Amino acid sequence: MAFYHERKEIDMKKLMLGNEAFARGLYEAGCKIASSYPGTPSTEITEEAAKYDEIYAEWAPNEKVAMEVALGASIAGARSFCAMKHVGLNVAADPLYTAGYTGVNAGMVIAVADDPGMHSSQNEQDSRHHAIASKVMMLEPSDSGECKEFAKAAFELSEQFDTPVIVRLSTRVSHSQSAVEILEREQKELMPYEKNPQKFVMMPGNAIRRHPQVEERMKKIAQYAETSPLNRLEINDTKIGVITSGAAYQYAKEALGTKASYLKLGIVNPLPEKIIRDFADRCETVYVIEELDDILETHCKKLGLDVHGKDTFSLMGEISQAIVREKILGEKAEETVFPENVPVRPPVMCAGCPHRGLFYCLSKLGVMVSGDIGCYTLGAAAPLCAMDTTICMGASVSGLHGFNKARGADAEKSSVAVIGDSTFMHSGMTGLVNIAYNATNSTVIILDNSITGMTGHQQNPTTGKNLKGDPAAAVNLEELCHAIGIRSVRVVDPYHMAQTEAVIKEELAKEEPSVIISRRPCALLKYVKHNPPLRVDSDKCVGCKQCLKIGCPAISIHNGKCVIDHTQCVGCGICKEMCRLDAIKD
Amino acid sequence: METKSIMIVGVGGQGSLLASRIIGNVLLSQGFDVKVSEVHGMSQRGGSVVTYVKYGDEVCSPVVNKGEADIIISFEQLEAARWLPYLKKGGHLVTSTQKIDPMPVITGAAEYPENIIGKLKELGVDVIAVDALELAEQAGTAKASNVVLMGVVSTKMPFDESVWQQALEQCVPPKFLELNKKAFALGREVK
Repeated sequence: MAFYHERKEIDMKKLMLGNEAFARGLYEAGCKIASSYPGTPSTEITEEAAKYDEIYAEWAPNEKVAMEVALGASIAGARSFCAMKHVGLNVAADPLYTAGYTGVNAGMVIAVADDPGMHSSQNEQDSRHHAIASKVMMLEPSDSGECKEFAKAAFELSEQFDTPVIVRLSTRVSHSQSAVEILEREQKELMPYEKNPQKFVMMPGNAIRRHPQVEERMKKIAQYAETSPLNRLEINDTKIGVITSGAAYQYAKEALGTKASYLKLGIVNPLPEKIIRDFADRCETVYVIEELDDILETHCKKLGLDVHGKDTFSLMGEISQAIVREKILGEKAEETVFPENVPVRPPVMCAGCPHRGLFYCLSKLGVMVSGDIGCYTLGAAAPLCAMDTTICMGASVSGLHGFNKARGADAEKSSVAVIGDSTFMHSGMTGLVNIAYNATNSTVIILDNSITGMTGHQQNPTTGKNLKGDPAAAVNLEELCHAIGIRSVRVVDPYHMAQTEAVIKEELAKEEPSVIISRRPCALLKYVKHNPPLRVDSDKCVGCKQCLKIGCPAISIHNGKCVIDHTQCVGCGICKEMCRLDAIKD
Repeated sequence: METKSIMIVGVGGQGSLLASRIIGNVLLSQGFDVKVSEVHGMSQRGGSVVTYVKYGDEVCSPVVNKGEADIIISFEQLEAARWLPYLKKGGHLVTSTQKIDPMPVITGAAEYPENIIGKLKELGVDVIAVDALELAEQAGTAKASNVVLMGVVSTKMPFDESVWQQALEQCVPPKFLELNKKAFALGREVK
């Protein structure tokens, strides 16, 4: 019997990514509508949510649209959700700040995933600032089990306090698997919809009456935070006290175990006062351990408490158990180091990547390249080195216009913007409208690989499929560019470099704005048929390294001859076009 | 039980996610608390990737730091050298002998170190070097070298083979199951 009981308990638990567990939480909480834009490390939440038939899930063109869809659904009476990475919340900040005023009808939850250490991001911003500035409640789970529990709690709290609730995740929480207990879905009927302009029409006369309610609500939530089970005390040895949240709690606990006591905050905005004061009073030395900015620490200092925080820990990167051990206990692990230099292995464009041919042409032409966010940002790396700027989604197009306005006709003839299909739909279109409307003879290259690549192959409005893979309306990029006012729109196949280079030169020379669509599906897409791997005829190869200039990970040089790795090569043929001696064979 | 740490290292695209899921499922089925930490996004594109698997009575941090790994499983020689500082004194290193030149080596900016395995042994590291690629190709596809290494590692861990077979069934799509079972079996034969 005992054995049976044990097995049963194990069977109910499943190993889940934090993101997968979050999606399970949405399901169990009766969430009906999910709208998101993909962004590492948040993407899998919405992908997993889409696997439940009871949840309608979609990829929106950008995070602002996604959040507005979620708010609309909440107003309509359905529990709703949107997810994004930290920088996505900047895009969605506009609806967020006013949703803080309107509040909700049915519960509305926003997941935002920060990326301390910048595993896959262009900056290391701390999303808690948005919660504070928008006066919206924010929770922070520390493992997969809590992801599910906090997702469910977020809906309850959203309805209880009439506010959207943000749940802050981070790379290590989103992308770590731990055991999660599976429960049934709670059936939630639509809440009634009643027209209520005082609450939902945020014109000045109404908004001015909502603002006091927002301030009042924050006070009430702060009061709730004093006794909420989401904020948890663990009292052990009180020589060291740790105030912490999220992944940092796990690092602190692994490093210090029962040598320290913990105040683990599950609600990171607004912060409580009394439990923090009481905890600090009980402990001899108090450390605030938090990743990125000093938000918990600043709150403690505002309360006049003597705590250590960023005097001990960094404002940058991830914390780890090793860092906590070293900083607080002065302990360091022994390590064995390889006696020679180990060359770095940065990420590269995959073998057969359609972006490679295009970036080789740009590199050869030596033009200024205004870059954007996606796999093609790797065009900045050696040996292609064909990118001058990368700022944020869409900035390639609008930035190029500014660059050309500043530097004039010569710049227009020697600069391009590069932007992926998904990024163009996200926020590149508006920049192109500006180019047409405010007239620069800019050349914009849309890298159309028929998918959102970097985040792991999500559909987008140009692919003809929706999140579930069902047929959907597809934006016709050529017609869209024409409609915007760009007359010169050309399509090239980047596997044919001579043609691609010729078209780029022609478009740069034109006295009008132009768009080049570099079109070829991502080589990793399942439906893309690969050619057999190519091989090098070592009698013909003289080791001139011409083929290495394209930076293909499948080609290397050994004993003075080029070699193609048959496990990686997909036979795209770009290297063949590079070889002057016809040494690369099918 | 004290928390044990395993690291799976390799080059993006070599299948470390599947390997970590197989080990994670084995450990969960044995009643351990388990955490597995993965890397998604940009680093997956041919960069150096690392996955952490930790298990014990209660696992807190999902990541492994320097000097903490009981076992490192490496899909590529250079990656074995790179992540060596993470190996605990007395830990085991299982590595494929496969070599993949990183971009700085391809462009000539750096050199791929010679005789990595010999040098690791000189340092007194317990190294098991396996031509996992060759064995995977014997099983039917180069892509199964991750599962070959799982076969090797399974003989170093105190769990019954049937438990690993079950995990394979849970993690591998039915279409590729036979092939992967063959790869796993070839890994188990490595001495």
